[in-house]
Amino acid sequence: MPNGDIMNKNKSFSLEILMRGVFLSCAAVSILAVLLICLFLFANGIPGIGKIGLLDFLTGTSWKPNDIPASFGILPMIVGSCLVTLGAISIGVPIGVASAVFMAFCCPKNLYKILKPAINLLAGIPSVIYGFFGMAAIVPVFGNSIISACILLGLMILPTVIGLSESALRAVPEQFYEGALALGSGHYRAVYRVALPAAKSGVMAAVVLGVGRAIGETMAVIMVAGNQARMPKDMFPIPKGLFRGIRTLTANIVIEMGYAAELHREALIATGVVLLIFILIINLCFGDTLRRKKQ
Amino acid sequence: MNIKKMKPTELIMHVLTWGAAILTICALIYLIGFILLKGLPYLKPSLFSLTYNSDNVSLMPALISTVFMTFLSLLIAAPLGIGAAIYLAEYVRREGRFVTFVRMMSETLAGIPSIVYGLFGMLFFVNALRWGYSLIAGAFTLSIMILPLLMRSTEEALKSVPDVWREGSFGLGAGKLRTVFKVVLPAASPGILAGIILAVGRVVGETAALIFTSGTVAQVPSSALKSARTLSVHMYVLSGEGLHMGEGYATAVVLLVVVVAINALSASLAKKIGAGDK
Repeated sequence: MPNGDIMNKNKSFSLEILMRGVFLSCAAVSILAVLLICLFLFANGIPGIGKIGLLDFLTGTSWKPNDIPASFGILPMIVGSCLVTLGAISIGVPIGVASAVFMAFCCPKNLYKILKPAINLLAGIPSVIYGFFGMAAIVPVFGNSIISACILLGLMILPTVIGLSESALRAVPEQFYEGALALGSGHYRAVYRVALPAAKSGVMAAVVLGVGRAIGETMAVIMVAGNQARMPKDMFPIPKGLFRGIRTLTANIVIEMGYAAELHREALIATGVVLLIFILIINLCFGDTLRRKKQ
Repeated sequence: MNIKKMKPTELIMHVLTWGAAILTICALIYLIGFILLKGLPYLKPSLFSLTYNSDNVSLMPALISTVFMTFLSLLIAAPLGIGAAIYLAEYVRREGRFVTFVRMMSETLAGIPSIVYGLFGMLFFVNALRWGYSLIAGAFTLSIMILPLLMRSTEEALKSVPDVWREGSFGLGAGKLRTVFKVVLPAASPGILAGIILAVGRVVGETAALIFTSGTVAQVPSSALKSARTLSVHMYVLSGEGLHMGEGYATAVVLLVVVVAINALSASLAKKIGAGDK
């Protein structure tokens, strides 16, 4: 029946349009989510910053929410987050990149079959388990300290750095390496002086992702870092100072949010806003790195 | 390669490279060994009794809550993530402006730390929507968190389906929708599934986003609007109390087993895709 056929076609046509709309709205959810997250954090955090004063909040050196009058300076936590991230990067990146070189250029095939899933597993282990490991294996040696947090975070960013650096190294055309060999360079010279620079943008992306992970990490850091809000001047003399505790932005939120009220609570949400802005800035840089990689 | 014939600089780099790799492997073995060593002695039957009290420190309610939490957040996030990926991969020009923008947003989502998700979940789902500390508030928070992962992996899986298949389907008179559901999605399903399993791994391991959204009540929740703690949160609370560290490590062992199983499953699926390509 031709008439029914046309009806059918119209029906399926409208279904096509309907489903297209459904898929489109699914795609729009991620945009909506980013907007909502920014909106809610800013709307709840900015008034607190306004009451404390932006300068007092960002550059104040004492965090004493229970004193009268209370002081809400998060500079110690900003310094703490940066310091711990820096430490994690300086431990995790050299070891990670060298391991990636090993995986891409030196690893025997049989070993690779075990090593690759093992690294993936390292990436999948929850941060609480890292925290428990840190409490039992790192804290007894180094104490609840900056150095413990750096070591643990360095370990946690290893799989990220290794995975991304390895795929960047593998994307380098083989002729680069072979050409270097033909010019008389040794194996490692060819790898570190030719292949690694060629993979630079990928390795940079790995480092940036590692920074993001280290700065945002919460549970593992809380469990090993001691969590005292402290200024850099307390960290001298250098080797001894690094064995003192420190508090990061993330730790500040989790530890006090449970019992905070009023201005204290707003200050903690504002801490989250600062953290979010940190990450958004890093993401902008990361987007740049990726775009450069494409060109 | 003969080590004895190497130049000194080559030898140094050789030692450093192998050293780094060995250090990585040792760290992993040490980590897993330590958790097993500390946790296995405490892995007793009482740890698996149905109700939690401070004598048995049972992890069973937390385990059940973890399963609920995983199902709920996947129920919310998987259709959204797959739908979004279908739109990006099948309906619009692949490098168009909208795709770039959505991808930028999902990359931003992927970079946001879990504690920020936790704060947002607390402000939006718990307070603004008045759901209170509940399973459902936690699940919604987590579903936003795993959305970029699901979108990314599904999009990759869809892209790996050859265009010839789509053209063949169109040629046989199928519409767009039928092509997507009957041809493209089945072919991409192992890749999509691998992504979903990775997302399960993230849900199971998450702590910071859940403490202030689903709360820390240690019993099996009677409804989705009740507070509940997952295994990871359970471990964190135990470490904070400091009284039952042994049981904490035993919980870590269970969690580790779950994570290893998830990883193995995802890897075997990924291998299936690799085999399909050849």
